[in-house]
Amino acid sequence: MNAPARHSALADPLVIAGRAYGSRLLVGTGKYRDFAQTREAISASGAEIVTVAIRRTNIGQEADAPSLLDALPIAEYTYLPNSAGCYTAADAVRTLRLARELLDGHPLAKLEVLGNANTLYPNVRETLSAAEVLIADGFEVLVYTSDDPIIARELEDIGCVAIMPLASLIGSGMGILNPWNLRLIIEQANVPVLVDAGVGTASDAAIAMELGCAGVLMNTAIAQAQDPVRMARAMKLAVEAGREAFLAGRMPKKLYSASPSSPVSGLIS
Amino acid sequence: MLLLTVNGIERTLSSDETTLARIVQHLNLEGKRIAVELNGEIVPKSRYSVTHLRNGDKLEVVAAIGGG
Repeated sequence: MNAPARHSALADPLVIAGRAYGSRLLVGTGKYRDFAQTREAISASGAEIVTVAIRRTNIGQEADAPSLLDALPIAEYTYLPNSAGCYTAADAVRTLRLARELLDGHPLAKLEVLGNANTLYPNVRETLSAAEVLIADGFEVLVYTSDDPIIARELEDIGCVAIMPLASLIGSGMGILNPWNLRLIIEQANVPVLVDAGVGTASDAAIAMELGCAGVLMNTAIAQAQDPVRMARAMKLAVEAGREAFLAGRMPKKLYSASPSSPVSGLIS
Repeated sequence: MLLLTVNGIERTLSSDETTLARIVQHLNLEGKRIAVELNGEIVPKSRYSVTHLRNGDKLEVVAAIGGG
């Protein structure tokens, strides 16, 4: 299952666990008005990897009731199941094992283990413990975590395939609150670092990419915008612009001194 | 009669429906992309037709839904 990797055609692919993706924007599928809007916004975002939650199915619903899988065909997207809503390592492992069965053995998983219902801040102790179990069980773990570089290092050392620090609280739209920590994490990492959580608008995504993030994962910033489809396009462009700026290498900042852009000679006198 | 707990709710099913495959059909979930836990253990799709349920069994049936 999942969209085939397109290694050869991509100039600057995002590579996660050996598979190449053309888009560096990963999107969640929650909080949309309906499946039509989900589909349209996610298509506009250009994202190839979409996160999904695993929940008890509605028993007794119509057999032909629309589902997320109709809106986002599994042949067209790489599904990244999450353990959202889990507060213990055991629950997260159980949820992601069910997800793997649901997705025909697909090993990619977004691990998140929460520590507080108000802040949705990750419980890193439980996260580390779940990551060890999942990796030993053959999962390829993209891990949501705090922006602590020591924890990020530990998660990479135990075998996570991507480190996903928060930029600010999940669903808060507060933007990149600690670019310094993100830089510390990026500079030491040998696996992709993706900002997961906190992006509110396009400039936040661009800043994350300019810092050197390999990608950005977002949901609420698109789904809860006044016009989600338009914001999805904005995020696509912002991630691309930020990536280009990072690769281009920005000019150094000159504090307290201007430098004219026009020649200083040949002025009329 | 077969008494099961499905997603936390007790249900009584007629007794000829003892395989998981039949139960899934009865619950209108045939052909849907689901995963099933029987008493805490995942049952692979390939084993639905050979998995027989007993009174008091607990099923969890999950699907993928929108999430971030």
